[in-house]
Amino acid sequence: MSVMTSTEASSREQGFRAFLDAHLEQEMLRFTTAGSVDDGKSTLIGRLLHDTKSVYEDQLASIRASRVNRSGGLVDLSLLTDGLKAEREQGITIDVAYRYFSTAKRKFIIADTPGHEQYTRNMATGASTADVAIVLIDARAFQRAGELLPQSRRHTYIASLLRIPHVVAAVNKMDLVGYSAEVFDAICAEFTALAGRLGLKSVEVIPVSALVGDNVVERSAVMNWYQGPTLLEYLETVPLTISEAAAGPLRFPVQLVVRPDGEFRGFAGRVERGEVRPGMRVKALPSGRVTTVKRIVTYDGELAAASFPLGVTLELEDEIDLSRGEMLVGETQIAPQVSAAFRAMVVWMHEQPLIAGRTYLAKHTTRTVRATVRRIRYRVDIQSAEHRESSQLEMNDIAEVEFDTNLPLFFDAYAENREMGALILIDAVTNATVGAAMILSAAAALEEHSTQTHDAAFVWLRGLSGDAAVLRESLRDRGSAAVLVDDPLIPENSLAGAVRALQLANVTSISARVELREETIAAVREAAGGACFESMDEATAWFEGRSSREETR
Amino acid sequence: MSPSESVAKLHQKRLNHLQALEAESLYILREAVAEFARPVMLYSIGKDSSVMLRLAQKAFYPGKIPFPLLHIDTSYKFPEMISFRDNYAREIGADLLVHRNEAAIADGASPWKLGTQNCCGALKTRSLLDALEAGGFDAAFGGARRDEEKSRAKERVYSFRDASGQWDPKNQRPELWSLYNSRLRKGESIRVFPLSNWTELDIWLYLYAEQIPIVPLYYAAERLAVIRGGAITLVHEGMRLLPEEKPELMKVRMRSLGCVPCTGAIRSEAETLPEIIEELIGFRRSEREGRAIDHDEEGSMELKKREGYF
Repeated sequence: MSVMTSTEASSREQGFRAFLDAHLEQEMLRFTTAGSVDDGKSTLIGRLLHDTKSVYEDQLASIRASRVNRSGGLVDLSLLTDGLKAEREQGITIDVAYRYFSTAKRKFIIADTPGHEQYTRNMATGASTADVAIVLIDARAFQRAGELLPQSRRHTYIASLLRIPHVVAAVNKMDLVGYSAEVFDAICAEFTALAGRLGLKSVEVIPVSALVGDNVVERSAVMNWYQGPTLLEYLETVPLTISEAAAGPLRFPVQLVVRPDGEFRGFAGRVERGEVRPGMRVKALPSGRVTTVKRIVTYDGELAAASFPLGVTLELEDEIDLSRGEMLVGETQIAPQVSAAFRAMVVWMHEQPLIAGRTYLAKHTTRTVRATVRRIRYRVDIQSAEHRESSQLEMNDIAEVEFDTNLPLFFDAYAENREMGALILIDAVTNATVGAAMILSAAAALEEHSTQTHDAAFVWLRGLSGDAAVLRESLRDRGSAAVLVDDPLIPENSLAGAVRALQLANVTSISARVELREETIAAVREAAGGACFESMDEATAWFEGRSSREETR
Repeated sequence: MSPSESVAKLHQKRLNHLQALEAESLYILREAVAEFARPVMLYSIGKDSSVMLRLAQKAFYPGKIPFPLLHIDTSYKFPEMISFRDNYAREIGADLLVHRNEAAIADGASPWKLGTQNCCGALKTRSLLDALEAGGFDAAFGGARRDEEKSRAKERVYSFRDASGQWDPKNQRPELWSLYNSRLRKGESIRVFPLSNWTELDIWLYLYAEQIPIVPLYYAAERLAVIRGGAITLVHEGMRLLPEEKPELMKVRMRSLGCVPCTGAIRSEAETLPEIIEELIGFRRSEREGRAIDHDEEGSMELKKREGYF
């Protein structure tokens, strides 16, 4: 063993520091790969991992020794990524798998998704968090068909639907078309036209051979006619979009309230959009209360500013009522849409079809509500991108759907901001995640919501659930929206928040809970702006009074 | 740049990968605590657990970690691990639970007697499932990473387990954006993996940047060991040496910490975190390779996971 002198040791230490500095500056890029079974997707990922020296020797030795080799090459690189046993035996990937590698410039997360027709849901899953989509196009299949295969159109459509910021077409198997510039140009022209029709903003097309290794990591020695970046160069330099999210108006959904002692009360959450600073005036939704950010608290000290996607804890100047599922927004900034009805693009992910009239749980930011399907506006034929009429959605269908929710949501359109416009749909009985939705905009409220001209109230009919239902019906008959708030989804400590949200949407809340704590009653009273009644008669009298005043006005 | 400066660099607008990973993990930890009734953190004393614990301190700061730590003690852990566990938990004021399958231990369960598969089954898997059931925990944080092994590459951040604690790779919920489905029926539970997207290198870089203490076995030192089945096995109490085995001093360190008989050491000169990271950059062998359990059969980790092993 050699003994190092102290100078050698310190220069070695400095060398490492330089390395660490470089590594701490590495950015992270997430990308997804979309290709069908025969497009060579697994081989492409295997090639990326192999040529960036991200494969361990024991892993390489194990695939060299494998009995399976479907590639036609010396080593079947696709085996590096084919995960579960059953899939390995079938020779297809059937679920999203995540892979990691890094270069001197960036750390990469690959969401490797299967491209087989019935697996639209998997591609949507991988696409939901991706900064870049790599759409694989088989050059030889294009040459044979004379046009892009339907699967390539489908993959590109889903990338556009999920709003992946950048899309790159990797034109694969160039070795099988004699590295022909003509074939590449034809594919390039067709793909660019398709991307244009779909409104993709950032598009690149790169000729590669995953099997041989051309233009994946190493520049091709034979395709001299191509001057653009290799696939890896593209991935290392494509701009990240976090600064765009930071430039928008503040959205801070509360994850939980941090209250370690009587002194401190903070709101923990992730800045989903925009930037927050101490001294900033913020508005709480749904209460509408305005206050000032006192401090941004973190384990590593107070911050002068925080933006997406940092998780922080905010301390506010005033004691305001705010809990999980509620949100802080910039007082003077563009407000999110507040609505109990919205239109969204839905990707259906379950064997049980989506049916109009059915109610699901919808999780949006940190808020979970009940969402009822009002109607399916149209289903998208993803081969042709044409709209079709449909009364229900089957697994892997994509459609525009209108929903009504029991409590209002605070959202931005998905096109403006992914985090603020995305929600998942959950079956309330089986608890399965059954769909993904991307909000287009608020929908016109149902008639019973819009015709009302009076204010809403909170009515507590202690233990009288029958009366509660009767009151709701009688209010509805006269054109006033009312809901029962005794859902197990609304625990007592969330009741005031729910009532406040409903007030905002001009909907009366009715409870038949047997008991409510003093502080809940006080909070609910405040939330309902004093319109709080504990008997059917009191409530009816108030509503009568409101409507006669409306008439005389 | 000093470690504290590295920390100060976190939270600048240009985000590096450790900041991005940290932010994601904090979000996951908070979501789970907000939505589950009784979460627990599985604490293995290893480097990944150490990172996960620091992330939990950050997520709920200035509050304390709002759930207990659970260590499944097989009775075959390195003594250094146990003393580190007890000291560190006390130091950060964490609530530590230790569970052992005493019946199986009393019965003499060992890898020599049962084979590694069955020994793990009794002392780890069964013990873990019993502890989770006894504690009534509906969510358990685990430090597993997707880069560790092929079957883990498809693991969800929220990994659903049925009422008997089993994992069905065909019946996992799709996971989109960062909207995690925490809905459960009675008896069902979810394993939550806040480190899903971290790689081994990320873990080491973060340990360094944050100056997080780890068990000294990770650092190279002269240790008494034998070569058994091609792996370097540290000599330990109660070990039965085979006739041809001659213990000798070797400069070695552990790359991952498990049970003494089944975790191989590697020859190494790395005595500090920077040296470990330097060594790792040159490393081309995956870290789980030293674990006997993964090599019993092709696809063995997947089998173990289906039964409830982490």
